[in-house]
Amino acid sequence: MTLPTAPLDAPGVVVAAPSVEPVVVRRRLRIRWKVAASRLLLVVLWLGSWQLVASHWIDPFIYSRPTDIADQLVTWFTDGTSQGSIWLQIRVTLQEAVAGFLIGSLLGIVFGVLLGRSRFLADVCAPFIKGANAIPRIVLASLFVIWFGFGMSSKIATAVVLVFFAVFFNAFQGAREVDKTLVDNARILGASRRQILTTIVLPSATTWILASLHTAFGFALIGAIVGEFTGADKGIGLLIAHSQGTFNSAGIYAGMIISTVLALGAEVILTRVESRLLSWRPNASSAGAGI
Amino acid sequence: MTTQPTAGEYAISLTAATKAFPTRDGGSYTAIRDVDLTVHRGEFVTVVGPTGCGKSTTLALVSGLHAATDGDVVVNGSPVTGIPDGLGYMFQQDAVLPWRTVLDNIAAGPRYRGVAKNEARDHARDWVEKVGLGGFEDYHPHQLSGGMRKRVALAQTLINEPSILLMDEPFGALDVQTREHMQDLLLDLWSGTGAAVVFVTHDLTEAIALADTVVVMTAGPATVKDSVPVTLERPRKVEEIRLTTEFLELYRSVWDSLRVEVELTRARGARRAA
Repeated sequence: MTLPTAPLDAPGVVVAAPSVEPVVVRRRLRIRWKVAASRLLLVVLWLGSWQLVASHWIDPFIYSRPTDIADQLVTWFTDGTSQGSIWLQIRVTLQEAVAGFLIGSLLGIVFGVLLGRSRFLADVCAPFIKGANAIPRIVLASLFVIWFGFGMSSKIATAVVLVFFAVFFNAFQGAREVDKTLVDNARILGASRRQILTTIVLPSATTWILASLHTAFGFALIGAIVGEFTGADKGIGLLIAHSQGTFNSAGIYAGMIISTVLALGAEVILTRVESRLLSWRPNASSAGAGI
Repeated sequence: MTTQPTAGEYAISLTAATKAFPTRDGGSYTAIRDVDLTVHRGEFVTVVGPTGCGKSTTLALVSGLHAATDGDVVVNGSPVTGIPDGLGYMFQQDAVLPWRTVLDNIAAGPRYRGVAKNEARDHARDWVEKVGLGGFEDYHPHQLSGGMRKRVALAQTLINEPSILLMDEPFGALDVQTREHMQDLLLDLWSGTGAAVVFVTHDLTEAIALADTVVVMTAGPATVKDSVPVTLERPRKVEEIRLTTEFLELYRSVWDSLRVEVELTRARGARRAA
């Protein structure tokens, strides 16, 4: 008996997006330009009004204004900061955030998956974790300065503590919600407990874990910067604290801007990693028809 | 050319098998009670019964995924404690791993058992061709139709060359044409392997077209009501066999047995809803 060469039930051949009428293309472009122009207008209005108000009605010493902030940034990047080169500060803060992020995420994933798969462990540890989660963790930054000193370790520790809980709860939930049919199927195919963990539980929980990593990096950055507030000799947080101490509001804004850029950069990288790791998901954005 | 189930030791044997599940309010719900079922080596048995009667539970007991509350479950001569060797199971829901390609899904069984990646993949490639998915090796499940995913599941199960094949309404979610195609594919891949098959289904036509024996189960708590031998010749083409008079006779006798149970279940459901 011969089988047909192509499956009868194959989905229809995927065609390239049908050619769109030039009129529609032009309309779409026009709308896109409109959106961009409106956004630009909003920014100009906001900065313009701020500049105006701060130059004539409110005190720029306290509230600062766009031109002052720009000056501060330029100074930092050309003449350096009071603590040394701006790049050094950025590098230190980034290193602290990244290290805290990686360590915290790893610990969060390991413990999350472990407790997610073991009902007994989860029951035993539940009240402790809930209690630890309730602690305003940022306060630990002070403790860590005493333990680890002014160096990078205390900041990394602060970042770890913030990241851990964010990732832990997601990894825990993801590990608990693994489709039982997939696990049963793997068992029948011959998988050992360890193989089920690595080939079924972890990939299954990845969606959950990746979702938490976006906010986790934000926390890592917060941990690093606030850790630096508490006591440091280098870093963006130190610059901000120093600006506060010298009533330099422009400096605070400038520090904010730099941290935001760092956070956005990390977000871009994470999104790229996520789309690669989750390329198997049905809602892949390859079908880009539409505005 | 009819296949005779080989005499001798049974591949599967259930004796007075009973399974009760604890319910949320502390009581217990008996899914199946006193089930006696035997399957010879190389025999294709289909199990029919009203909805929710416990057919899937019976399969679960044979597979070792659940333990019987009472009675004996023996597979290939040994009582079932955990998953027996040489067992294959095709689930009703998709059990194909969404994050793996077709090839890696089919290669999963051999890889779990320690076969090297390249060797497992080569072996999987053969099976990709056998189920008619040539060219789709690197696709992910979400890019495939339901029928194609079922073929992946079939290949994933059969690549381990199971001597016992358990199938829980595997084609239920497919459209009629795809279902018939899959039935032919299953018969084609199964013939000559000597595997014992227990195939649970709601579809009487499917049950008779595929089987050597059709087992009818009662309404829950289920027990075996009837065992109808199917003497249709093999090899069979599913679309054609159901037009023969022999087939209609068999259909009538199975339905006669099953009708009462279906009506009973329906009445119970209506009472509960009222």
